Amino acid sequence: MNRRFLRQALPFLTLAVVLAATFYVQPRTMSYFGLNLMLQYAVPIALATIAQMFVITVNDLDLSIGPFVGLVSCIGATLLFDNPALGVLALLAMIAAYGAVGALIHIRNLPSIVVTLGLSFVWLGIAVLILPSPGGKSPEWLKAIMNVHVPYAPFPIIAAIVIGVVVHLALMLSSYGVIARGAGGNPKALSRAGWSMLKTKVIMYMLAGFFGVLAGLALLGLTTSGDAHVADRYTLYSIAGVILGGGEFIGGRVSPLGAVVGALTLALAGSFLIFLKISPDWQIGAQGAILIIVLALRALVSYGEQKR
Amino acid sequence: MASEAIRLDGVEKSFGAVRALAGVDLTVAAGECLGLVGHNGAGKSTLMHVLSGNLTPSAGTLAIAGKPYDRQWTAAAAQAEGVRCVFQELSLCPNLTVAENVRIVHRPLKGLGWKGRARALIRQKLDEIFPNHGISPDDEIADLAIGQRQMAEIARAFTVTDGKLRLVILDEPTSSLDAVSAQQLLAYVKRETARGAAVILISHLLGEILSTADRIVVMKDGKTVADRKASGFTRNSLVAAMGSEAREHKRGAARMAGAEVMVSAQPRSGGTAALEARKGEIVGLTGLAGHGQTRMLLQIYEHRQASMKGALAFIAGDRQSDGVFNLWSIGRNITTRSLAALRKGGLIDLAAEARLAGEWKQRMAIRTPDVNNNILTLSGGNQQKALFARALASDAAIILMDDPMRGVDIGTKQEVYAMIRAEAEKGRTFVWYTTEIEELTHCDRAYVFRDGAIAASLGVDELTEEKMLQASFAEHTA
Repeated sequence: MNRRFLRQALPFLTLAVVLAATFYVQPRTMSYFGLNLMLQYAVPIALATIAQMFVITVNDLDLSIGPFVGLVSCIGATLLFDNPALGVLALLAMIAAYGAVGALIHIRNLPSIVVTLGLSFVWLGIAVLILPSPGGKSPEWLKAIMNVHVPYAPFPIIAAIVIGVVVHLALMLSSYGVIARGAGGNPKALSRAGWSMLKTKVIMYMLAGFFGVLAGLALLGLTTSGDAHVADRYTLYSIAGVILGGGEFIGGRVSPLGAVVGALTLALAGSFLIFLKISPDWQIGAQGAILIIVLALRALVSYGEQKR
Repeated sequence: MASEAIRLDGVEKSFGAVRALAGVDLTVAAGECLGLVGHNGAGKSTLMHVLSGNLTPSAGTLAIAGKPYDRQWTAAAAQAEGVRCVFQELSLCPNLTVAENVRIVHRPLKGLGWKGRARALIRQKLDEIFPNHGISPDDEIADLAIGQRQMAEIARAFTVTDGKLRLVILDEPTSSLDAVSAQQLLAYVKRETARGAAVILISHLLGEILSTADRIVVMKDGKTVADRKASGFTRNSLVAAMGSEAREHKRGAARMAGAEVMVSAQPRSGGTAALEARKGEIVGLTGLAGHGQTRMLLQIYEHRQASMKGALAFIAGDRQSDGVFNLWSIGRNITTRSLAALRKGGLIDLAAEARLAGEWKQRMAIRTPDVNNNILTLSGGNQQKALFARALASDAAIILMDDPMRGVDIGTKQEVYAMIRAEAEKGRTFVWYTTEIEELTHCDRAYVFRDGAIAASLGVDELTEEKMLQASFAEHTA
């Protein structure tokens, strides 16, 4: 048995198991409407997970993605609604800010965990300044996109597949994606070959910012009003999603398809736990348990691989 | 003589006070294989990094094909001018496939179908250099054996997309290759140079250099000291050129012959010869860097296939990663090895601890007004003294030293040498890995390591640079 294949298949198997368990507990979810309802919040989580994945690709970790997504939802519900041009400009500035953070982390050789942890409070602070209490309005077009009805398959599934495939093409198959992943695998080799590590990091952080913005807007389209704290849990969700999807914290080993599947699994696990009537207080613990089980399985597979 | 591929004039490079290159002139002709030899620290690696654009020299000029290169010579510029380098520590991304690693060094490999082109490129080159290599372009590097990784990297250096291949620098290219692949590579180097590319071959296997290179340059102390046709060298004359004039030995006769054996260990990494160190003896471990000396020390320290009488202490050479506790005071750094002896009723006796730290500050002459200052307030040499104090203040009878004088100034060294001698007189045993040949003059005996095994054992009257080099550069009988 090819263990590498097994390891890559593990995220999909996990999703299948959680899906099957959900269907078993609550057979009515096995419908267009049921899946749509269960998975709609998977879209912003998947986008945030992809954002996190870009940062993890270059061996960093982003602890600010949750508050960042919250800030985007606040900007979207106020500036973007009142003055679309200014709103778009603000969102572009936020992506640029992400690039600047990447440059700072690289040039000053700072630990990304510390920098982004500090930034998470900055994003939250700005969001609270913009929107002290939940409110504002989502632009109509956002609501329309997020509630679009696709025939045969629910929208969240189509969206997840599109996100996964597009990022997979860009990161895993394109020639520049090789450079990005190489930057995580062996930065020295890359700069010896004449590539700029600074440029690579800035690009990856800006991609993270871009997908963070998409996640915030998607979330706003679903909630229809802004809230600074709406995505606080996304930081942990996104990291867990990348790791569930077969990614590793260091070494440039990531999988976009896996990350999307990991995000779907997490979103589904939430619903599954509700169907089991586990109180929300225990949910995060239960999700952690799922994560630990999957990681243990993966460690088992990798262990066998080394022993070979 | 053919046209020149690359020329260096008066290249200098300093790292702080250390002068790694002291004015190197080097010309490599197109279609030539140049052998580059020299002892550790002779400046070979620095020179390579300058040639490959990864280090900017402090002074000197570089010319490509006879024309001075007046822009900044960077890694990207070197790539563009067809200068490639296979470094000793591999420069492949372990998380990428062989074909993807090819893409990293070839900018033109992009757009639709780049992967197919990269696959074909590396497959063709691997087949050409190493028939029956057993590597697929879609193998991930992490899944390949170390020898296969080296093959992949060497083949990658010889692949061409646009522009021409001007110069390939191979640093110890055969270190992980089996004998057959090594021969295949050397044969290929001859074919490639016949086609007009230049190759610089660095190897500690002098047989390889003598049989493959057209011309041999010997480096010593950051300068080239000999530059002749390969046919003008023999093994012995090459070794003689690398070494320095004989040094006087002020060591007394070997004492300790009948003393108790404190340590005996056999390297797990190879060979049948075993190491022995007697009471009061200073035993040197030498040979080229990275041939198993540090592993030997760790093996003794971890009690694996080694027997010893008495407690051990270890003095690390890499202060920053293995030595000092950055956040602690000088005193704490000194006493940490002796805390067990400083206990009083289960707690640390602070007064005794302060006394011990103060005493060793005096004895080692650590230059600080107060041992309660942070360890990082000390200069590198004084930090190293504190690490010596940590080991010497302890109850250890056997002290293992892992090239502890790295980056230590000469004055401090002399003080520490005297200290080591005095402690040995008192009956302590030292096992001392050193990369500096002069330091062997402080040893009673030395073991020369090669490929993880003990290649030779030198007595006190044999501790010469020439003997050591002879044993390090073994004839490769492939």
